[in-house]
Amino acid sequence: MGTLTKKAAIVGVAESDCGIVPDKSQMELIAQATSRALNDAGLKKSDIDGLCCSGIFGLATMEVGEYLNIQPRFTDATHAGGASFEMHVQHAAAAIAAGICHTVLICYAATTYSDRKRGVFLTALNEPTSSMAQFEMPYGGWLTGSYALAAQRHMYQYGTTSEQLAEIAVATRKWASLNPLAMMRTPITIADVIHSPMICSPLHLLDCCLVTDAGGAIIVTSAERARNLRHPPAWILGCGESHSHMGISSMPDLTCTSAKISGEAAFKMAGLTAKDIDVAELYDCFTITVLLQLEDLGFCRKGEGGFFVTGQTTAPGGKFPMNTNGGGLSFTHSGMYGIFLLIEAVRQLRGTCGERQVPGARVVLCNGIGVALSSSSTVILGRD
Amino acid sequence: MVDYKKPLPAIHEETRPFWEKAKKHELWLQKCRDCGKFRFYPRSICPNCFSYNTEWSRVSGRGKIYSFTVSNRPPLQAFQKDVPYCLALVDLEEGVRMMTNIVECQWEDLKIDMPVEVVFEDVTPLISLPKFRPTPVI
Repeated sequence: MGTLTKKAAIVGVAESDCGIVPDKSQMELIAQATSRALNDAGLKKSDIDGLCCSGIFGLATMEVGEYLNIQPRFTDATHAGGASFEMHVQHAAAAIAAGICHTVLICYAATTYSDRKRGVFLTALNEPTSSMAQFEMPYGGWLTGSYALAAQRHMYQYGTTSEQLAEIAVATRKWASLNPLAMMRTPITIADVIHSPMICSPLHLLDCCLVTDAGGAIIVTSAERARNLRHPPAWILGCGESHSHMGISSMPDLTCTSAKISGEAAFKMAGLTAKDIDVAELYDCFTITVLLQLEDLGFCRKGEGGFFVTGQTTAPGGKFPMNTNGGGLSFTHSGMYGIFLLIEAVRQLRGTCGERQVPGARVVLCNGIGVALSSSSTVILGRD
Repeated sequence: MVDYKKPLPAIHEETRPFWEKAKKHELWLQKCRDCGKFRFYPRSICPNCFSYNTEWSRVSGRGKIYSFTVSNRPPLQAFQKDVPYCLALVDLEEGVRMMTNIVECQWEDLKIDMPVEVVFEDVTPLISLPKFRPTPVI
């Protein structure tokens, strides 16, 4: 048993309205997801005494606390892009294990799709004040470009092909077709992916995630309280976190992410190995992101991700069920997708996923990746 | 040049020497006087050995493409007229990596490890951006 193994569990999960939600603000979506997650757990707002949140440009826990009228004993706004929420799980479990608080709300929302339509520009892009940004933004560097640079390098070093990356998008779409909440449910083929418009070579449109409005919330509580709630607990078995850089030009090796560090820590804490994982929920802002995680988390060797996903290994019925809700590629992605990995993992452990349920799912791994392949955090969850 | 709409570096004291030299079409990097390593981007402390003992040194401007992408979808409208443009990471001979654009090149000729050399683009009266082109074969 590792330091935090089974000291806490996720007992409530929910997403807000997802997809195109032009009539609701970020805070409304956070409130909606939170109230649904509390209802899912069978808990009241007054039970919450810890608060973690993050948003695309960070998000003050004070602002969320004020809006929801929560006065926490433990508060954490760790911001590492889409990997933030798996970090929050580790921090929440640690705070609960240390007796600082009992029940932590982790929440997020963003109205990214509607903000674009409304013409809300990312003004930060125009004012590269940090040292990092002033040496990237003037060249038109940005997130898709960063991931494309990694994909190009992986192809060069290991012979990875566009068809192999497309396997991931096709398999994820198959899972999405089984998720009534998913935005994109029409099946696609490998040819569809590689003939979709080139966005940043070698990444095509269908190698890239959606842009939607969406929020989510999860409730983490102590082992003692978790045993007597509405659903069986999704036990936190192991966690790990790391980051290696901020801007892609400072990434030491474009083919190796900090998932290597976060994954090793999580497996060690859980006392498990890659072979013990029944379902993997991996951050899929782009197909290349998934490929790198499969290697860095030890599901295959470095450079062999392309072979691993060939033949629809990760699709429904495949030997490696992955991104079972349809992922950021086909379900929803409002900018920081990591919380949705956890929501789906908990539902898989409860066995409530309907058509897309993986039979006998007992151990699920979630891995968040943030910013420009900059951060990673891993959470391994299990059921009794 | 007055109409330049793309993001410009918000220069501060740590990075000013780099941009002042770039304006003269020279590439200068910081080098640690204690551990001997070059570093990029500029910062007052050596990220390798944490020494403040630093000198600036003019460098060759030669390097190799570490990775590249040809972008059709820019982050900002201001880049739209450049599409498609090549965003690249270049490893300089001195052992540092920088983001840049590759210019004076057919996109189908781009290759990782391709030798490149610095050229400067005067984008405003104050700023010249170091970009790279394939090293001419002599």
